[in-house]
Amino acid sequence: MNALPWTLYTAFAGALLVLFAGARSAALARGIALVTAVTGLVLALFAAVSFVPGPGVQTLVDIPWIDSLGIRYHLAADGISLTLVVLTGLAATAGVLFSWNIEERVGEFFALYLTLIGGVYGVFLSADAFLFFVFYEIAIVPKYFLIANWGSTRREYGAMKLALYSFAGSALVLAGLLWTYAAGGAHGFALGELARAASTLPRGEVIVIFALVFFGFATLAGLFPLHTWAPTGHVAAPTAASMLLAGVVMKLGAYGCLRVALPLFPEGFLYWQPIIGWLAVIGIVYAGLIALVQDDFKFVIGYSSVSHMGFVMLGLAAANARAVSGAVLQMFSHGVIAGLLFAVVGRMVYDRTHTRQLADLQRMPLHRLLPFAAVTFVLAGIASMGLPGFSGFPAELTILVGTWASSRVWALVAAFGVLVAAAFTLRAIQLAFFGSTGESAPAEHGADAHPLAPISLPEKLGAGLLLATSVLIGLKPDLLLDWINPALQSPLFQAVIRKGTP
Amino acid sequence: MNSLYADLFHAAAPETVLVVSALLVLGFDLVVGRHRTQAQRLVLATFLGGLGVLAALAVDVAVGATGPVFGGALMLDPLAVAVRGGVLVLVLLTLGVASAAPVSRQPAEYVALILFAAVGFLQMAAAQQLLLGFLALELASLSLYVLAGYDKARPESAEAALKYFLLGAVSAAFLLFGFSLLYGLTGSIAFPEISHALAYQPMSPLLAVALVMVLVAFGFKAAAAPFHLWAPDAYQGAPTASAALIASASKLAGFALFWRLLWSGLGTVAGQFTYHQSYPGWLTIVALLSAASLLLGNFAALAQHNVRRLLAYSAIAHAGALLLGLIGAGQSGPGPLFYYAATYGVATAGAFGVLAVLERHGPAQELTDLAGLYKRSPLLAGCLFIFVLSLAGIPPLAGFFGKFAVFASALQLGGVASPAGWLALLAIALSAVALYYYLMILKQALVARPTAAATPVQVPAVAAVTLIVAAALIVLLGLFPSVLLSLV
Repeated sequence: MNALPWTLYTAFAGALLVLFAGARSAALARGIALVTAVTGLVLALFAAVSFVPGPGVQTLVDIPWIDSLGIRYHLAADGISLTLVVLTGLAATAGVLFSWNIEERVGEFFALYLTLIGGVYGVFLSADAFLFFVFYEIAIVPKYFLIANWGSTRREYGAMKLALYSFAGSALVLAGLLWTYAAGGAHGFALGELARAASTLPRGEVIVIFALVFFGFATLAGLFPLHTWAPTGHVAAPTAASMLLAGVVMKLGAYGCLRVALPLFPEGFLYWQPIIGWLAVIGIVYAGLIALVQDDFKFVIGYSSVSHMGFVMLGLAAANARAVSGAVLQMFSHGVIAGLLFAVVGRMVYDRTHTRQLADLQRMPLHRLLPFAAVTFVLAGIASMGLPGFSGFPAELTILVGTWASSRVWALVAAFGVLVAAAFTLRAIQLAFFGSTGESAPAEHGADAHPLAPISLPEKLGAGLLLATSVLIGLKPDLLLDWINPALQSPLFQAVIRKGTP
Repeated sequence: MNSLYADLFHAAAPETVLVVSALLVLGFDLVVGRHRTQAQRLVLATFLGGLGVLAALAVDVAVGATGPVFGGALMLDPLAVAVRGGVLVLVLLTLGVASAAPVSRQPAEYVALILFAAVGFLQMAAAQQLLLGFLALELASLSLYVLAGYDKARPESAEAALKYFLLGAVSAAFLLFGFSLLYGLTGSIAFPEISHALAYQPMSPLLAVALVMVLVAFGFKAAAAPFHLWAPDAYQGAPTASAALIASASKLAGFALFWRLLWSGLGTVAGQFTYHQSYPGWLTIVALLSAASLLLGNFAALAQHNVRRLLAYSAIAHAGALLLGLIGAGQSGPGPLFYYAATYGVATAGAFGVLAVLERHGPAQELTDLAGLYKRSPLLAGCLFIFVLSLAGIPPLAGFFGKFAVFASALQLGGVASPAGWLALLAIALSAVALYYYLMILKQALVARPTAAATPVQVPAVAAVTLIVAAALIVLLGLFPSVLLSLV
């Protein structure tokens, strides 16, 4: 367990190192970035081996930081953080593998990339709200530069929109936390201490503060109708950044809701619960329907991310132990699957065909030209639809079963959303890879005349890593659920889970 | 009596060091500099001036906080020592900026004027008496007027100086009028006695006039809306180092002086303005100034395409946050206010430093002049990245913790039951607006491609060291804010 803080130290150190290495040689920079990302993953897995699940967080580091405000440098982990730290390690490693073809300003690219990763590790390990917030913001800024610099379609617009949405959301969170701290007379920013301070506030104030904190975080989680940054941001981002955005950054928002907003303000949550639940199911169905009519391949995946994150938010809104554990599992599962989908679309297909228009792709016999990409996408699509054998199945099933206990209407509407997801995924598979059967199709784009570059080894490794994880969790979800469920027994979570269950 | 003078001399030793080194700078230039090029004279002058500032810094630390001096005319409390130290560091950074800027005429006089302004700042940090405070403020201001107009060759510089001077003179008149009314009402010019006398007076129309006069003048000096009109022109037209000094050290010293005046002098008529009980006082006016500055600064900055004007509007927005810190300082002490003003000064002086180096290679006015900076000079781009993000309040840089501490102190006054709490929430919301224009600067510097005419930028060694030190200060003070907070 004590290895966990080193994940974030390694990431930041790697970022600094790669910045200077990049000035000398791009290959060196790539190597350092890969070593750093793999080290993070290995550290996380190493910690996971010795992890003993239990209620409450296990402190890793706890030293005073800013005495006058009672702020401590307090890192801690429970099963939920560990799950997400492992996810971050996976996504980071895969992301480096899928950005092997970045040629421009390599050092800066990976420096920003690893800073983002370090911030994400930090958020998942923070047990002090101030520290949490610091890491949360560290994770925001690099996204702007990653997208604006190395992105594609309308990248400056997409980057600015994403940065402003994220920052506005975090401003709401900051307002809510400071308000709780000041008005509740807290002596520090430890989550338990803030919860105590919040419990002394009048109910009206708690309701407002909960809304600030929850919807601030939910912006980043892509909760309808605050999700509009996500599709444009995902589409504009370079492949690795889309993978991280969908894979881990949207999870930061959901994790913030789960770790900070819910346990600190149970009363506020009770007030907002119906609204959050409805927004989540509307988001599932709405984003799914939008994905169904997109012309741009990447927009399909972008909206599908919003739809799948709706399941996470639904699990939180249902607020019983099963639904919440399903939500955490879905965070993990979606992180892996969305990363894979974006990798296929952005790296394997777009970097080779230079088009993402489904109509153009339809004319290319991609299943023959890029069989590996086609197989990967079909498998990832199956996982994304929630078919048994892949991680999406246990995750969404757990959420739906859990939600059924809280509200049958939500569960029914969300189940309809699963059908919509199947529809848009199948449509994307069909149009992008099997649009032209090959023999009869005229080689209009000269795709046959100029064969596409074969799928490279890093791509295969990355895809294999993510697919294997999805299958592993799909077959044995208890690996993660055994970590997650005990964590939900901690008093802070019980306060909200017990109240939230009807 | 003699021991009193000895105490005064002891307390004013940093000022003495500065004056002596300013004279040395002038003298050396007269003797040695005559046959040298302007560039050599500039190096010599900034080197000597820098040594003088370092010596003053050492003396400031050696003197330490000795308490009231000369019958309470000066107050050497920990805050005074810290602010003097902060001012000297900022002046040192300004000298570094000046060494990088294109060579002006008579560089020795320029450096000497900076040092004279610094003497005024040091006195402002410790003054605890109306007259001394006024003299210190005017000593600093007069030097700044000249510094703003130093570049005689450019009409913009003259315009900046004239606007700054005229509005500054009017505000000095307001201040003096307010001070004379205060003296008339209380019969004293010492802050503690004024406070004592006001405690037994009801709020009278005359007192209200005096408070308004003082705060209007303060608004001018701090560039708070609606008295900010000089700032964009002065920032745009003044030589870069002068603008850096106006934006950094002058702000820190000004807020220290007014913190002392308002809280230890006029604290008894601060008034209350929670919803439960409210009686009139200057807090209401400061709150209004703060709200106006936050709104106007942030929204007007969105429309700027000149970097310096953008920094000026950002300075107005930061003045709004500092005024909020002034309100909160009544209860939580001046720690957050000092931290905010000092780190803001470092970041903004650093940003001007980057502009000064760029100016050697062509214009550095429009945002597009920064295009492709990452390619022209990675060092400048990296430093600008840190300074601008600190201004935007991104952790772990110092600007973030400054905002955090100030907002926390404002919210602690009474949560959202007091307007200070609402102001803090407004400021937090506006920080999201501010991120847009700060990112516009960084977009040019780090994302946009360089124009065809752009050449690589050579960063002089002194300027490079200055910028790296400033950037390191921003990062380290952000990571370890207790270092500064424990000083006051």
